[in-house]
Amino acid sequence: MKGSFQKEKLGKNLTTVLFILLSIFYVFPVLMVVINSFKVNTFVKTDTFGWPTGESFAEFNNFITGMTFGGYPFAQSVVYSIVITILGTALILVFTSMAAWYISRVDSLVCRIVYYGCVFSMVVPFQMVMFTLSKTADTLKLNTPWTIPVIYLGFGAGLAVFMFVGFVKGIPLDIEEAAAIDGCNPFRTFFSVVLPMMKPTLISVAILEIMWIWNDYLLPYLVLDRTEYRTIPIHIQYLKGSYGTVDLGATMALILLSIIPVIIFYLTCQKHIIKGVAAGAVKG
Amino acid sequence: MRIKHDSSAVNSDMIRRPIQRWAPLFLVPMVAAFLIGFVWPFFHGLFLSFCKFKTTSNWEWVGISNYEKALQDQSFMYSFGFTAVFAVVSLVLINVFAFAVAYALTQKIRGANLFRTVFFMPNLIGGIVLGYIWSMIFDGFLGYYQTSILMDKEWGFWGLIILTCWQQIGYMMIIYIAGLQAVPEDMLEAAKIDGANGWQTLFKVTIPNVMPSITICTFLSLTNGFKLFDQNLALTGGYPFEINPDASVVRTTEMLALNIYNTFYGQNTASRGVAQAKAVLFFILVATLAIAQLTATRKKEVQQ
Repeated sequence: MKGSFQKEKLGKNLTTVLFILLSIFYVFPVLMVVINSFKVNTFVKTDTFGWPTGESFAEFNNFITGMTFGGYPFAQSVVYSIVITILGTALILVFTSMAAWYISRVDSLVCRIVYYGCVFSMVVPFQMVMFTLSKTADTLKLNTPWTIPVIYLGFGAGLAVFMFVGFVKGIPLDIEEAAAIDGCNPFRTFFSVVLPMMKPTLISVAILEIMWIWNDYLLPYLVLDRTEYRTIPIHIQYLKGSYGTVDLGATMALILLSIIPVIIFYLTCQKHIIKGVAAGAVKG
Repeated sequence: MRIKHDSSAVNSDMIRRPIQRWAPLFLVPMVAAFLIGFVWPFFHGLFLSFCKFKTTSNWEWVGISNYEKALQDQSFMYSFGFTAVFAVVSLVLINVFAFAVAYALTQKIRGANLFRTVFFMPNLIGGIVLGYIWSMIFDGFLGYYQTSILMDKEWGFWGLIILTCWQQIGYMMIIYIAGLQAVPEDMLEAAKIDGANGWQTLFKVTIPNVMPSITICTFLSLTNGFKLFDQNLALTGGYPFEINPDASVVRTTEMLALNIYNTFYGQNTASRGVAQAKAVLFFILVATLAIAQLTATRKKEVQQ
């Protein structure tokens, strides 16, 4: 008995060691970004894994050149990314939760068509609609950071409506009936009774939409007027994809700047993020 | 169908009627955006796949010839094969590793939470950025041999596999952990009392109980594999190119989504009809996988 207990303990310690090694492998790429963002351009390619010292150490020059690198101010793309992510997520949360409540309470033929349309849209890859969608967006002037959230609401409605309807169906009607008897109109019933109950799903959906919109590349690339508006992924793609000399040091500096907020967001909201992802995957 | 005479129907009518009057606020905005952002582009795209067009306003009906051209396009068929192999290899690797990691992390090892945090982290970073981070690392290694990931399709393939595994193992791990935590404790206890060893418990008790998670993760990683775009664009961009005797170009690490993209927005604007036809075929493929998943999940539910 004692032997097997020790064996088990040894096994667990070995697993821990193995996982520490695996964690190093996981952190390694990010660490390389940090190191190389302080390296002089030519050394990023020739001495990727070396520590920046002496002539290869660039101090903060990569960050300074990175700010205006590629003929476009990086700060501007950060602002656009933030605007699009916040507006897009807010629009999706407000309008799909309202629609989901309407769909599951009214449950008419139209509601069912909309609901199954949403479910259907979840399996359609973006390539299927990308050409026509970007043309529609152009025609309707939805090609600016302030209007592209409408496109996100339309294309991203599927998952959100699906998740909200699933949740609303589980809320007992009695509460809303009580609110109605007490004289609440549907608007008040929804915003002061139903919406607070939806909080867990609201957080899950918000997390999924933020992760999607913040990192999305192809949709804004095709929809936005790229000479004026670039989000962070578009900006980084332009830096590396453009012909001519590529300043790898500056690119790494910008990549570092773009993942720092993401990692802070992750570490502060980790619990919600993991819960949201699990909920989204199980339902989708 | 809606005329029920029990009390709950009467009560819900009390709720339904007033809500219906609020449709312009509650339903219309979302439906309007859905029509603009999905329904119209979808049917418009379906229609244009039967047309020859350069811009959406200037089209000419050509029937199914776009589909014929798409299926005869060597680069499309090549990318289909490449993507299929990629999807299957990544599916196996991701799920084996993710399950193993999730299993180990649910065995109360020290620092499990920290490891979970680390393994999930890559999911927060976008595909384009991930692609460039790994392209720097691969080229850093291959640079010692005076070469690059863009020089050999084998490297490109395995580079994409490593990148995808690195990104998705943490994601699938989360789903597996949720599944493993739901395995009834008393079943594991009973297996122990009956004298089952670790492997027997794993295969006879644990795995049958997490089958729903396995189905979800299998299909999720398969669909992700087929739909991969950003990482492909950023890491290899389809390089290296091979030129056929008939002067057509095959991008040897180009996956389906990127092939469709390149057909749409490449030099030859006359091929947009073909590109849209490819996109429809791609949609049918992905939708079929989704339907297969649905049937598989339903079947499992009936059995249990």
